[in-house]
Amino acid sequence: MSEEKIVTAETTTAEKGKPINKQSKWKYTWHMMKLNAGCYGLLAPFMVLFLIFIIIPVCISLPIGFTNFNMVQLPKFVGLSNFYTLFLNDDIFMIAVRNTLVFAIFTGPFSYVLSFFIAWLINEMHPKLKTFFTFVFYAPSMTPSVYIIWQLFLSGDSYGFINSILLDLGFINSPTQWLTDTKYILGVVIVVQLWISMGAGFLAIRAGFQNIDKSMYEAGAIEGIKNRWQELFLITIPSMGPQLLFAAVTQISAAFTVGAVGQALVGLPSTDYAAHTIMNHATDYGTIRYEMGYACAICFILFAAMLLANKFITWLLGKYLD
Amino acid sequence: MAKKKKNIEQLKVKDKRKRTAGSLGGDIFIFIFLCLLGIFMVFPLYYAIIQSFKPIEELFVFPPKLYVLRPTLRNYSDMFKVASGLWVPLSRYIFNSAFITVIISVANIFVCCCAAFPLAKCKFPGNAIINKIVVTALLFTSSAMWIIQFLVMAVMGIIDTYFALILPNIATSMGLFLMRQSMVTIHDSMIEAAKVDGAGLFRICWTIVMPNLKPALMTLLIFAFQGAWNIQGGSLIYSEELKTLPTIMNQIAASGIARQGVTFATAVILMIPPLLVFIIAQNNVMETMANSGIKD
Repeated sequence: MSEEKIVTAETTTAEKGKPINKQSKWKYTWHMMKLNAGCYGLLAPFMVLFLIFIIIPVCISLPIGFTNFNMVQLPKFVGLSNFYTLFLNDDIFMIAVRNTLVFAIFTGPFSYVLSFFIAWLINEMHPKLKTFFTFVFYAPSMTPSVYIIWQLFLSGDSYGFINSILLDLGFINSPTQWLTDTKYILGVVIVVQLWISMGAGFLAIRAGFQNIDKSMYEAGAIEGIKNRWQELFLITIPSMGPQLLFAAVTQISAAFTVGAVGQALVGLPSTDYAAHTIMNHATDYGTIRYEMGYACAICFILFAAMLLANKFITWLLGKYLD
Repeated sequence: MAKKKKNIEQLKVKDKRKRTAGSLGGDIFIFIFLCLLGIFMVFPLYYAIIQSFKPIEELFVFPPKLYVLRPTLRNYSDMFKVASGLWVPLSRYIFNSAFITVIISVANIFVCCCAAFPLAKCKFPGNAIINKIVVTALLFTSSAMWIIQFLVMAVMGIIDTYFALILPNIATSMGLFLMRQSMVTIHDSMIEAAKVDGAGLFRICWTIVMPNLKPALMTLLIFAFQGAWNIQGGSLIYSEELKTLPTIMNQIAASGIARQGVTFATAVILMIPPLLVFIIAQNNVMETMANSGIKD
């Protein structure tokens, strides 16, 4: 009974467009919270662990960007000085920003479209082949350090696989230093990065294809859909909004945080910082130089950039989301 | 009308190929395209497997060969020889990894699915803000907060216990976000029907919604298992008997050129469990799809 009253009160005020008075709004919220106690019960285990291990560390580490913190003494507040240094005095940071943007274009939009496209092509195959191809494309992402194999391929001496083939065929006379020559470093790391980019987003899109109601395609065929392109743009993509957003978000976070692959392949720092990314810069200051304040400031910038990218992608996918 | 009838007939013919649109020529073209790209994807992995079976004299042949002349299990037996000489028996490391992997996978899936259901399907105060926080957390990089995470765990007194490896990996924003995004696509009518029948939220989540979300669930299982299996411990674990298999395998592999074959053997061994889970999970997905016709 009381619920009905409150709900109607809410709707009428909403119709009039007047702000509801404060007390009854709180009462209403409290009432709705009690009504949905079960929801909070289901959320509780996740939220408790999430709060302790993610939210609290994030909330503490963001302000550390405004301090000078060497992990031994207590943080000392220095205002915006870390950010001034970062933008005005740190040439390497500027190189890192440029490299990160180059990486972000390849491992972001490019690999996003590629993983959607490949997931779709796989979906067009016979069911038995689907599992096989999904495995083939996902396999490189299966173990985190598997890209070390590339080191063997690209190794600078004549035992490096690629060098040995090129030497054997007579294309080159001396081994190319794939991993230390500044001409090649960035390109090499991009190739390896693309190689492992069919990861979480790719699998989520694959799963999304499986979830689409089959009757939609039957209806589509009756309505006169002629080929698979029409099917893709008229049925598949519009009904996959949520999965597309998931893949986009994971892709953004992967694209902006590239660095681990480069670090393992070409070292930290790479020759002349040729493959140095923002993430590498943060690792450098955070875990090698122990200048945690500066490292947190770098991560702060990175975080801001990712939030912007996220806003953009949500806007872009807007019409497919409800 | 006549046109529609014709279309339905066409549909019936095409049904035999289990496809509603697309030509055979297109199929073949796609197949070839995927094969070519696929070779690029698996070639390095193939090379790693081949290297792990090469005897030492073949490992350093110029030019490197893409096949083994005299395959040997020497690298694997060497690996076990080194591992069995360790202070703590190898079985202990295997147990550690298996234990935390199972606990994390089960807990991660359970907690994420439970939390994703109300976020996707219920209207309650705080829903929108929690969703925003989860997505935002997904974008935050861990390299800035590892030190704070360490401090939090130190305060809780769980450093150097299994809890330090397990607890931070249960509530993953990626798992929650994945499940939420998939649950959004489930029809409300199904949930409403269950509500009318008097089922509680927990029961609706696990008996009505989850069986319809097998593809997403299996994807989450793959992520969870893989993530947990590869946990190395790092600075969180310093007792030898609590270290995980990847930690010790990497130590064995890190002995440079003399153990190059062993390095590949360890990489291959470490890849087997995630691979098995992947194949089982994917097969499961295909099975559900075959049955989906009788969903209604």
